Parts: sequence; structure tokens; C-alpha cells
Amino acid sequence: MSSSFSWMIGGPQGSGLNVSAEILARSLSRAGYYIFGQIEYHSNIKGKHSAYRLRVSDVPVHSHVEAVHLLSALDEETLVGDLYHEFPAHRGHVHEIAPGGAILYDAEQRKFAEWIERDDILLWEMPYAELLERALAEAGKPGQARAYRIMTNTLALGASVAVLGFDFEPVAQAIRESFGMKAGKVAQLNVNAAKYAYEYASERFAKDMKYKLPVAPARREQILVKGTQAVGLAKIQAGCGLQTYYPISPATDESVYLENYQGDYNLLVLQTEDEVAAIDAAVMGAHGGVRSSTSTSGPGFSLMPEGLGFAAITEAPGPVVLLYQRGGPSTGLPTRQEQGDLLFALNAGQGDIPRMVLAPGDIQESFYDTFDAFNYADRYQVPVIVLVDKHLASCYQTLPVFDTSKLKIDRGLIYQPAQGSPNGDYLRHAFTENGISPRAIPGTPNGIFWTTTDEHDPRGHITEGIGNRIQMMQKRMNKLQLAAREIPDEKKFCLFGPKSAQKKTPVLIVAWGSTKGAVLDALDRADPQRQNYSFLQLRMMRPFPTEQVTQLLQGAAKVISFDGNYSGQIATLIRAETGFNIHHQVVKFDGRPFSEDEIIVAIEKAVADGAERLIVSEGQVVPPEYGLEQFNKMLELRKKRPKMLAPMVPLPPGYNK
Amino acid sequence: MSTVATELKLFKASDYKAEIHNDWCPGCGDFGILNAVQMALAKLQIPPHRTAAVSGIGCAGKAPHYMHTYSFHTLHGRVMPSVTALKLANHDLTVIGVGGDGDAYGIGAGHFVNGGRRNLDITYIVFNNDIYALTKGQASPTIAKGQKTKSMPEETIMDAINPILLALACGYTFVARGYALDIKSLSELIAQGIQHRGSSLIDVYQTCPTYNDLHTKSWYGEAVDGQPRLYHLEDTDYDPVVHNPNDPAEIAQKKAQALLKSQATEGRLALGVYYKLEVPTYEDYLKAKIPGLREKPLAELDLYHRDITPNLRELM
Repeated sequence: MSSSFSWMIGGPQGSGLNVSAEILARSLSRAGYYIFGQIEYHSNIKGKHSAYRLRVSDVPVHSHVEAVHLLSALDEETLVGDLYHEFPAHRGHVHEIAPGGAILYDAEQRKFAEWIERDDILLWEMPYAELLERALAEAGKPGQARAYRIMTNTLALGASVAVLGFDFEPVAQAIRESFGMKAGKVAQLNVNAAKYAYEYASERFAKDMKYKLPVAPARREQILVKGTQAVGLAKIQAGCGLQTYYPISPATDESVYLENYQGDYNLLVLQTEDEVAAIDAAVMGAHGGVRSSTSTSGPGFSLMPEGLGFAAITEAPGPVVLLYQRGGPSTGLPTRQEQGDLLFALNAGQGDIPRMVLAPGDIQESFYDTFDAFNYADRYQVPVIVLVDKHLASCYQTLPVFDTSKLKIDRGLIYQPAQGSPNGDYLRHAFTENGISPRAIPGTPNGIFWTTTDEHDPRGHITEGIGNRIQMMQKRMNKLQLAAREIPDEKKFCLFGPKSAQKKTPVLIVAWGSTKGAVLDALDRADPQRQNYSFLQLRMMRPFPTEQVTQLLQGAAKVISFDGNYSGQIATLIRAETGFNIHHQVVKFDGRPFSEDEIIVAIEKAVADGAERLIVSEGQVVPPEYGLEQFNKMLELRKKRPKMLAPMVPLPPGYNK
Repeated sequence: MSTVATELKLFKASDYKAEIHNDWCPGCGDFGILNAVQMALAKLQIPPHRTAAVSGIGCAGKAPHYMHTYSFHTLHGRVMPSVTALKLANHDLTVIGVGGDGDAYGIGAGHFVNGGRRNLDITYIVFNNDIYALTKGQASPTIAKGQKTKSMPEETIMDAINPILLALACGYTFVARGYALDIKSLSELIAQGIQHRGSSLIDVYQTCPTYNDLHTKSWYGEAVDGQPRLYHLEDTDYDPVVHNPNDPAEIAQKKAQALLKSQATEGRLALGVYYKLEVPTYEDYLKAKIPGLREKPLAELDLYHRDITPNLRELM
């Protein structure tokens, strides 16, 4: 029987909690554990609340769970919520702790720990300031614990490691590495401080901890990688030469990752003045003979439809557009999850635009699909959108090292003028049997061509002729049918069902994108033998595998869809492509990713009640009034409690000097 | 250029002309600019296949169709992003951007501003006729407050953009003005712009015989206080060149002089180079960062056999 441990650290942004979480994750990954890390954060630099979850397991895990076994609280907000706001946004994380679980909190928050009303969890107070003072005194900086309060995250890490029963030394090593080349006195100070917290918690609390880390599985070579890194790596592997971007959450990390390796791989990263320039430059980079890409989120993509049309009508080989969805509409929830741009990605732009839309379901697929996207762009001379989201972008997962040995680059048909072929032979938009016209790369002798965003003739000059228009539209749109024929099914969808293909389960679950992980983990828990539930993951949204999906849907007695948006966009797409009406639509639009618990309760409820539309949030199926209840509950809580001030984010020594 | 060199010329202006019917209005100033560009390329002997013409949308946007070069007729206002990426893809190409004043200073203003900041080695020629001609003559960003062409229902109540001033503020390192009907001087100016290492803006006064009845051929030819309205800076003692690019005071002084000149307070309009500064280009900075670019343009590098193992190791 597999088991997993669920750890969380919460605190203000800027307190280094993500650094602590990543150091812990890295150490556990090296010890052989499977990790899934998930972060929730605000659109803010310093001070607002952030929480990082790690799920540590002895088998591969693909999602987070609601229940927390050990919570490390860096501030009072993690314990009691933001009751200092007129309309508090959250009530902290105490309610998420599993019975018998524990909280490590800073002695400075003692007053707030007293507000906690649960008696089925353990509250462990850590005198971080005193322990820090000891480490500082040793380092010749006595009496400066206040100034160095920013180091609390490292102490909290040490205490957590003790309660987890994990070795300190690998963590110390990872702390040193996190300081990079400049590791020296400061790194050692951090290690010492963490060690004091480790010892303190070991002696007093560790033995009382009910939940244990599972036994570490055999060590193997694995990477701990987050979504934006996987996408960046795929772009490098695919030979991307030009990456354009305008800064936007949560897409920016990918471009910044690539920017770090510009010199190593001859990869040019261009920061543009806006997303209009970003996509138009990527279109022209592709025309110029360089594999080109841009990365953005919904608000940026809203400026990009003109570029999709530009690419499509001029038959540019690309670009590849990474669309990291976040909560909309408009600026919406800049750092929160939503899968709300599916129909937008499919339909953005005037007229009929031949485009491909891929929707990888996890970090691994993000790598392989992004690689493939460049091949499709070159081969079919269409823009290719890779739909990912905030959850995929920012979560960490242990994975086998990406296998690049089978990845082949296909640059499509490139025009090579025959020896002595006269100028004027070449037609950039020539009508061909399959719609693909060989493309010349500017600079090629005797390859001169014209192209335009107006409708054009085969030579690329403007024409409004009827016959030409009919031919050109069909030529461009038919490329999608060619892609549909050439691309194998396994890249379009995946069916996780009973081992025997002959068997059919009574229930078919349909989901897409980053919801895949939660569905897989839910089925592993609720139906490991796959006797009741099969799971259809849709991975290519255009061209859509209509025939295959129709067959699967029609063969199921009950179909339940999961959609990380308000309106149930995947159900709309399925209806449009197959005529099939999904029986039960489960939607989630609270700005957070699906958890495995939510998948399980929603399936059970749908099967039992037969409701057509179910909303889930915070681990439950909820009525539409749920939001108002939560909202009011928090207002009451605020009235009940003494006045609270916003927690202070600790600042580094010398900050703002 | 010497007579000998002229005789050895491989490419004539006609080699840059596409065999296609031109649908500009008869007498349009655009013909003058198109001819001047083709003459400049012939003068510089840049092979047509090493040249790219990139345009926005509008009458001027059609110019690349009439060129025998790699030709991209892109989107309204997006000349700069398009030119930028094509040049980055292949820095060996001579890349020329063309478009109207509405395209450059109106819908493309953000790109015009930020494009200039890069100082890529490109040339941007703006066909400036004060109006949006292809949509039948609405006011453009360069028409002065209080003016009204016959195509406008009312006079404009907005101030005009001063393209020279704007270009100076953005970082263009070669800022010039030409006149569409003075083809010989204009082609000289365009040749200088192409030869300049850095971003060149050439704003060209262009007549629109159909819609602009204010700034016509005869208006440009009129005298102001007994002097021709148009005159050439090179015929005066005006020196546009920053001789010491490391001297911020000289840069400021040369920009200030161009600013004053561009205001045309006496009503006479100066043609020629307003400002010229030779400093490292964007490509120079990129070459320092990206070693491959020192050998070849990006499009010619083998980017398809990369090994990501070192990055994967960092994730272990």
C-alpha cells in the first residue's frame, strides 16, 4: 500500500518560504521520494500570503491533496487568516490539517495560536528568534536576531525536517547549494540556524508525530522540475532560436529561464514593448528562417489574435505560442489557476484561421508537446498554440529524466532553387496537392517571394478574385486535415481504462490540461483496478480527434467532465465537435486547481444524484451559495476576534539602505 | 561614386522593380519614394535577394509588392516588430521598413518608440502625407491642429506629432527628412540611411493628389518670404553629425539643434539629415552575449543538435 506525506509552509511573500520548500523537495527527491509541489501566491511582491504544499510519496504522484499533515507557519496569517482586511480573503490553513496532524509556529505568534479552536491537532511552538540568536552569536553577530529575522524560513525548514524524521545533512547540503558560488559564511550561518531548529524540534516534538514519511523508494535518476522549466527545455531541444515575450504572470518564468541560457545555446530572447509586438516579431522570426516562439497569459493573448491571423494567412512556419491560462476575465486573478481560455485559444482572431491547439496534461507532456509544436509549425506552416496554465507552470514534480533520444526535428518543406533556375520560377503560396507550399528562407538566391496579410495569389500579391479566394481558403484550412491524418492518436488523446481493451467501465471521465494529475491520483485511490471509471484525457484540441472521441463517448453509460472554468468549455467543445452532450459537468472556478479529493467527491455525487452541473471548491461539492457562506463566515470571525494587524514581512538586513 | 564603379554595376534600379501593375493613384507621391528606394539600392549594389522590404498597411504598405526583393506586407502599425525580428533572424539582410504616417506614428506609435530604443541596423522610411488615404482621407497624426483637407469633414483639434522630435526622443541614430518629389536627393538620403549602422528614420513629405489639397506639389514649391519653402540642410552650415559619441554634451547639443530645426518656426521646411550618431548597434550587443552570432546570422546557425543534459543535471 502506498502512502504519502503532506507538508505545507505558509507565510508572507518575500519571506523565502518557496526557497525552503524547494530545498526540502530537492533533498527528498535525491533520497528517492516522489514529489508533487504546488504553490499558491498573490499578485504582490512582499507581504501578502503565500502557501507551498509538498506531497511526498513512495509512488509517483501527480497532484496535491487537501489534507495537510504538517504545517509550518511563518506568520499569524497562516494560522488565522487575513482578518485585518475589511473583507478577509481566507481563514488560514488550520482547517486543512488532518486529525492528528501538527503545526510548527513561531513563538512570536503565540497570541494567535491561542485562537485556534481545534483540539485534534498538535501545536508546537518554536523559539525561532532565540535559536537564531544562538547561531548569530556564534557567527560574531550577537544581538541581531531582529535584523536577521528573514532567516526564519531556514529555521522553519530545519524544524520541519526534524518532524519528518528525515536526515539533516542532505538538507544542509541543499541549503549550501542554494547560495550558489558565493556559499561561505552566510550559507554556513543558515545551515547552523537550521540545525539548531532541527535539534530543538527533534528533541521535543518528533516522537509525537503521528504521520510519518513513507519508507524511501529505491534511489533512481530523476529530475525535480516545474512546468515553465519543462517548456523552456523543450524549446531549447526543439531548436527554438527566437523567443519573444512581454512580462506577465504566470508565463514570465519560462522566458527568464531561457534568457539565462542565451549564450549557451545561441537562443535569442527578445523582450518586446507589448504582446502585439511579441507575436508579430515571432511570426517574422519564423518567416526569417528561425524557429520562433512567444509565451504569454490570457491578458497578453488578448492582444495576439492579429498575429495568429498574420501567421496563418502568410503561411508562416509558426510561431509556437505558449498560453499560460490564469483566472479571467480581464486582469482577473493574475496568479491563480483557471482553464478559461480553451474556446478563446480555438477561436481568437477574425475569419477562419488554421491553427493547431495542443493541451498537455502534465509537466512531462508539456515537454514533449512543446517539442512537437515546433515540428507541426514547420511542417504545416500554421501557428501552434500550446495551452498550459498557472498550475502546470508553477507546480514541481519528480519525473524520469526527459528522454530526448527519440526526438526528431522536422523542418518541413524548404524551397531549394534548382541549379540555374531563373528568378520568377518560385511561388511562395503555390497551390499544391496537400496545401503545403515549400517555403524559401529570405536571403536564398533566386528564392525571392512576396507575401501579404491581404488575400493573395500564389505569388503573394494581393487579389480579390473569387476563384483564387476559394482555392486559397481551402489550401490553408486543409492543412489541418493533413495534420489530423498524419499525427498519431496517442498525441491527441489518452484513455486510462481497464487493462483489457474489451472491458468497458460504466463511467467515463473526461478532463484536459493540468486536471489530468488530480484525476489519475483520484482513480488510483478510488478505483485502482479501473472497474468503474475510465478516464479520457483530451490533449489535442485542434485538429480535434472527432471520430475517436465520439466513439468513446457513445460507448459510455455515464460521462462526467471536469473543467477548470465557469461555463464548462470542454463540454461545449465536445458538443460542437461530436454532437454529444456530456451527462454531468463538474466545474471549478475558484482560482485554484482541482485536487484529487474534489475529483472523488464530485464523481460520487454525480453518480448518486445525477446532477447535470456540479461546482467544487475546497475539497467539496458546493452549492452556488457556498461563496456567500464563506464570505459571511469570515466577516463573523473578524468581528469575534480582537483587532488584528497585518503580519510584517521580514526584510533582509540592510534592505532599503 | 566614380565613373568606373558605375560602369561595373551589376544591379540597375530596374532590377529592384517587380513585374506587377501598380495601383497607386496617378501622380501619387509614393511613386517618387519607391523610385528613390530602388535607386538607392542600385547605388549601393545590394543584391535583391539580400534585401527585404517590410511594410504595414495602407497605400504605402503596398510598396513591397512593387519591389523585387524579399517582400513582406504585414499588419497595420507593425512595421517595427516585423523589421526587428527579420533582422534578428538574419542580420546579413538589408532590411527596409516602409509605411505611412498613421501606421508609424498612430497605430504603431508604441512600436515606433520602442523600436528606436534598440538601434538595430535597419532603415525605416515613413510616407508622410498627413492623412489616412486608403480609407479616403481622414486626419492622421501628422496633420497640424486647425487644418482640414478636402477629405475631412471638420478641421482637426489635436496637435500634430513631430516625427523628427519623436525619433530623437526614442533613440533613432539617423534622423532625416526627404521629399517624395525630389527623387534624386531622396535616394541619396535613403542610401545614407541604409549605410548608417543603426536605426534610421527617414520621414518623407509625400503628396496625396487625391485627398490632401493642402500640402500639394505647388504648396511645397511655393516661396516663403521670398525663399523656397523646401531647402536642403546640406546647403547650409548645419552639421548633423555627433563627432564624439562618448560626449553626452555634444549628443545633447546635436539633438537640441535638430529639435529647433524640426519646429520650422519660420515656415520653411528643411530636408536632409537632422541627426546622426554612430554607436554600437543592438546586433553588436547581441554578438557579445550570443557567441554564434559572431560567426553567422541566427537563421544559418545549426540550432538543431543541442544537448540539454547540463540543464537536466541542474534539476537533479
